[in-house]
Amino acid sequence: MSVQVAQHAGVEADVWSALDTVRDPELDESIVDLSFVTEVEVDSDVVSVRLRLPTYFCAPNFAYLMVSDAFDAVTRVASGRMVRIRLEDHFASEEINGGVSSGAGFEGSFPGQAREDLAELRLTFQRKAHTACLERASAQLLTNGWTIESLAQSRLSDLPDTPQRESLLRRRADLGLSIDPAQPMFVDGEGRPVGKPDVASYLRLAKTTRVSIEGNSGICRGLLKTRYGEGTTAGTLSAVTSERTSP
Amino acid sequence: MYEKDGQKYFVVDSHVHYWDGRPENNKNRFGAGFTACFYDYHKNLSPEEYVWTPEKFGAYTEQDLVHDLFEEGYVDKAIFQPTYLSDFYVNGFNTTERDGAVMENNPGKFITNGAWDPRDGEAGLKKLEELHARWNLQGVKLYTAEWRGESRGYKLSDPECVPYLQKCMELGIKNIHVHKGPTIYPLNKDAFDVSDIDYAATMFPELNFIVEHVGLPRLEDFCWIATQESNVYGGLAVAMPFIHTRPRYFAQIIGELLYWVGEDRLTFASDYAIWRPKWLIEKFVDFQIPEDMQAEYGVLTPDIKRKILGLNAAKLYGIEVPEELQIKDVSAETQPVGSSPVPVA
Repeated sequence: MSVQVAQHAGVEADVWSALDTVRDPELDESIVDLSFVTEVEVDSDVVSVRLRLPTYFCAPNFAYLMVSDAFDAVTRVASGRMVRIRLEDHFASEEINGGVSSGAGFEGSFPGQAREDLAELRLTFQRKAHTACLERASAQLLTNGWTIESLAQSRLSDLPDTPQRESLLRRRADLGLSIDPAQPMFVDGEGRPVGKPDVASYLRLAKTTRVSIEGNSGICRGLLKTRYGEGTTAGTLSAVTSERTSP
Repeated sequence: MYEKDGQKYFVVDSHVHYWDGRPENNKNRFGAGFTACFYDYHKNLSPEEYVWTPEKFGAYTEQDLVHDLFEEGYVDKAIFQPTYLSDFYVNGFNTTERDGAVMENNPGKFITNGAWDPRDGEAGLKKLEELHARWNLQGVKLYTAEWRGESRGYKLSDPECVPYLQKCMELGIKNIHVHKGPTIYPLNKDAFDVSDIDYAATMFPELNFIVEHVGLPRLEDFCWIATQESNVYGGLAVAMPFIHTRPRYFAQIIGELLYWVGEDRLTFASDYAIWRPKWLIEKFVDFQIPEDMQAEYGVLTPDIKRKILGLNAAKLYGIEVPEELQIKDVSAETQPVGSSPVPVA
């Protein structure tokens, strides 16, 4: 293996790791785990990444966030190479790919059809993700003998070292909420502690949020499989319009 | 009517289509993409023996429709929900006129709903009056993600909707079915958010707002608004087929809905031809909440199933239900736990 090829392979592994940190904001899962990434190619000048989604009509705002987050994450590890992220088989592929590569922003990519960028949308879904993680962590603690009262009174340092704790801390960090061990564990999406009388009802709606997000993830995985078959082979539907329904 | 284990069920399929998804009807790549998207839902969530080819899916006939609903499908009354998509399809996808013709060919079997679009302004109001005069509408189906020129959709809280909702009241069109899709104006907002329906339902308490596919993918937002507004209903199209592929998830959806919305405000729908009512009804009547979830969600009784499968929609549309298929104990009307003023434990 030449030195150059080895270097490219190293970058390629870094690109995959970087992409693994990009999450579908609606499903709160890695785009790699969701099989949305179909190909990474690295040469001396360019890193190319191909992405796909479960349907032709997946909401363009979430699609934009994923492409733009992938662009930022890959740029950080591309060692000066040009980065090209291509979303394929989507009704707005052209607007999204062009908008992200030119740095036009969401509003600039959809002139006349959007009024602002996507910060508020992202925040809404980061809060939902936090709510679902808080519910998952709490449900496990309640199973292990905790009470509503202990949930309301506990600090982050009281949480046992579990994957649920890690997930919760990550969502807090995403929201800019403190992850200091002395901070209360049971806070809402804006970081306000939820008092003991409200914890049970908060958890009840949080459970519905979790069921909804987990359900959507199942739907999307199923639709992706139906659309592209098993595995991660890209581009089987590169011409959805002509292959699927034209004579 | 469906009968199993000595129990009889009156069936209203409250969301069916008679669309034209043939390739020659596609106006552009968006029409082709839309039909392909529907097809993937069909293929992904149907039992294998019920999966059609894409060709059949795009071009099923009136005979298929009548057979699948009424001859094999146990349906007593089916409600057409038009989906125009005039920017995607040459003759529209599924118009009131196309549905209405089938209704007239098959007396007593169908109810035809109309549609309006607030972006049509004054002309649209006149068109709604004409539609109502021709088809005696009791309901409309609104697709808020519908594209119109450069526009990518609208919200029910847009001021342009007010005259249309007023017109519905005036004409006695009391059932407003709202179907959310992936686009909206402005595109930076969450297109599936249902809070605009909350707004309209508060403003027009005399109208019923049936949220199609129970707000999915925003089940939690839908449940929340439905606890606030007694005129908000959940249509079970798209939620039903999970009973086959993911029964535990289906149990959770139904359990959550019964908790927040209650058994009196949920309506069965197949979304035909995406799914066929025969297997949905058979599986639903056989279905029970898994034992490990019953402590939280309770169980589905035959009366709950009767309400969901037909009696709730029959009330909304004034459909006459034979005496023997009604619920004997009328005191069975119950409040969902999640709507109770008492803090939940």
